[in-house]
Amino acid sequence: MKTFSPQHLIGLFAVALLALASAGCSNTKADGGGDPSDQIESSADNIGTEGLDDRSLVGISPDDRAAFNDPNNPLSVRVFYFDYDSDLVSSEYDRALQAHADYIRQSKSRLTIRLEGHADERGSREYNIALGERRGNAIKKALQLKGVSGDQLAVLSYGEERPAEPGHNESAWSKNRRVELVYPRQ
Amino acid sequence: MPKQWLILVLSLLIPSVGFSALRVDVTSGISGAIPIAIVPFEGGQGLPTDIASIVDQDLAGTGQFKTLPRADMLEKPGSSATTRFENWRAVKVDHLVVGNIQPLPDGSYKIRFEILDVYKAGKLAGYEVTSKGGTALRYTAHKIADIIYQKLTGLPGYFTSRISYVTTSGTGWNTKYSLVVADQDGFNPRTIATADDVIMSPSWSPDGKKLAYVAFRNGKNEIYVHDVATGQAQRVSARTGINGAPAWSPDGRYLAMTLSYAGSPDIYVHDLQTGESRRLTDSRSIDTEASWAPDGKSLVFTSDRGGRPQLYQVPVTGGAAKRLTFEGKSNQRGVFSPDGKLLAMVHEGNKGYRIAVLNLATGGLSVLSDGPLDESPGFAPNGQAIIYAKAAGNGAELATISVDGRVQRRLSQPGTVREPAWSPTEK
Repeated sequence: MKTFSPQHLIGLFAVALLALASAGCSNTKADGGGDPSDQIESSADNIGTEGLDDRSLVGISPDDRAAFNDPNNPLSVRVFYFDYDSDLVSSEYDRALQAHADYIRQSKSRLTIRLEGHADERGSREYNIALGERRGNAIKKALQLKGVSGDQLAVLSYGEERPAEPGHNESAWSKNRRVELVYPRQ
Repeated sequence: MPKQWLILVLSLLIPSVGFSALRVDVTSGISGAIPIAIVPFEGGQGLPTDIASIVDQDLAGTGQFKTLPRADMLEKPGSSATTRFENWRAVKVDHLVVGNIQPLPDGSYKIRFEILDVYKAGKLAGYEVTSKGGTALRYTAHKIADIIYQKLTGLPGYFTSRISYVTTSGTGWNTKYSLVVADQDGFNPRTIATADDVIMSPSWSPDGKKLAYVAFRNGKNEIYVHDVATGQAQRVSARTGINGAPAWSPDGRYLAMTLSYAGSPDIYVHDLQTGESRRLTDSRSIDTEASWAPDGKSLVFTSDRGGRPQLYQVPVTGGAAKRLTFEGKSNQRGVFSPDGKLLAMVHEGNKGYRIAVLNLATGGLSVLSDGPLDESPGFAPNGQAIIYAKAAGNGAELATISVDGRVQRRLSQPGTVREPAWSPTEK
C-alpha cells in the first residue's frame, strides 16, 4: 500500500484547497446537461448549445459568455448560498447581484431570468419546496431593488430535490441551501 | 363446530414487469408474537407460486406472528382430517394453517384452507377461495393472509394493498425520475410515469385507483392525477409558483394542495368536479403539506407561522387554525391514521429527524424511528404500521415501523427509493 509523508499530505491538502477555491469562485455546475424545461418544449432547441458546460448560461450570447466565465467578473457568481432555514441574502452577494441587475437592465433584448431555489435535505420535502421558493423570492426582491422588473424574474423552487452535493452532512448541506440564477433560452 | 365457508372470486392482477424489486427484511420483531405454522398447501407443488410461503412472509412481516420454519414441521397435512395435533404441540405453535389446491377444468384453482387451534385440537374456521391461476395466485395468497390475519387479530389485513414510491437514476441534472407502484411486499413493481425532471409527493385516491403527484414540467411544478389502471394523467393545477403537496379528501372529490400564486404558500381545496379552488389558509408564512382527517371535517398542515415549522389543524370550512405540536424543535408533514386517532409526523429533536406519532386524545407524543433523516410517513391501510423514507448511503430507502415502534422492516433496492405512499385496500 502506498503511504504518504507529511509533506505529501500538506501538498495534497493545498491542491484540495485550490480546487475548492476555484470551484467557489466560478460557481459553475459540473454536472452539465441542458435546461430540463426546454428539453420538454422541443429537443430541436438544443441545437447550437452542444458542448455548453453550464446550464445557467444557455440564454447568454456567445459574445458575452467570456464575461460570465471570468472568475474575476462578478457575473461569474450565479449561485447564492443561505444559512439553515433562512432566506436572508448575504451582503457578500451585493456586487454580484448588482452586476446581474445591470446586465439584465442594459440588455438590448428583454431577458427573463429564472431563480431556482433549493434547500438542504433536512425536514419534509414539501416544506423544503416552500423554503426554496422563499429563497428564490429573496433574490428576486434583491434584484428588484436594484432596478430589475419583477416580471423578468421567474422563481422555481426545487426544494431538496436537486442537491448540488449528495452527502448527508453539513458540508453538503451548506452547498445545497442555494439559489441558482439561470439565464434560460429566451 | 359449524363450518364457515367463504367464497371469494379474485380478479386477475396486472402482470408484473421485470425490473428491480424492493427487497424486504424484517429488521426487528416482537417477543410476544403469535406462534403459527403455515403448512405448504397440498397439491401446490407444480404451481409457479408457493401460496403458503407468501402467506408465511405476509404474517411474519407484521411482527405480530412468529412463523414456524418448514424444516421444523413434523408432518405436512392438507386438511384438519389428517392433522395429528400432538405433532404441533411438540413444536409449540398455537395455530396451524393447512390447505389444499385443486385445479379446475377451466384452468383456475379451488383453494381450501383451515385455521386450526392446536391446543383445542380443532378447527377455528375453514374457507374456500378460487383463483384464476398464473400471476393471480400471488394475489390469492395475499387475500388468504388477510383472512387469517383478521381471524386471529380482529384487525383487517393489508396484504393486498400496494405502495407507490419514487426512484431516481443518474446524477445531477441528468437524473431520471420514475414513479413506481408495487405490491406492499415489494413484488410486481410497475413504473407508471418517468420524467427527466422531478416527480414528487405521490398521494393515493381513497378508492386506490388514482395517484395525484407533482411533476416539474416547462419550468414549473404542476399537479397531475394519474389513473393507475389506464395510465391516463390529467393536469389539475399549473399556476404560477408552487403547485404542491396534493392530498385527497376522504370522499375523493377534493384535492387539498399548496399554491403560492397569491404570495406565500397557502392551503387550497380544489374541487376535482368543478375545477374550482377555495383558499383555506391565509398567512404570510409557509402553509403546506395538508392531510385530511378521516371524517373530512378538518385538515392538518405544516406552518412556520410561529417560527419553526409545526403542525396546525383547521376546519374544512376555514377559520382559525389550532396548533397541535409543541415538543421538539419542529414537526412537519402530519398525516392522520385511518381511524383518526393518531397523527404521524416528521419530528425534529436532538437526534435529527425521526418519525413520531401524536395521540390526539391524550396529547402524548411517541418517537418511533431512529433517524437521523427520516421523512414522508404514511399509515398502512389498517393503521398498524407506518411506512417512511430514510437516508441510506448517498441515497434513500424505505422502512416500515409498527405504531408501537416494536417491529421494523426495511424495503430497499440498489439506487434511491423515496416518497412512499401506501394505498388503501380495495373496497
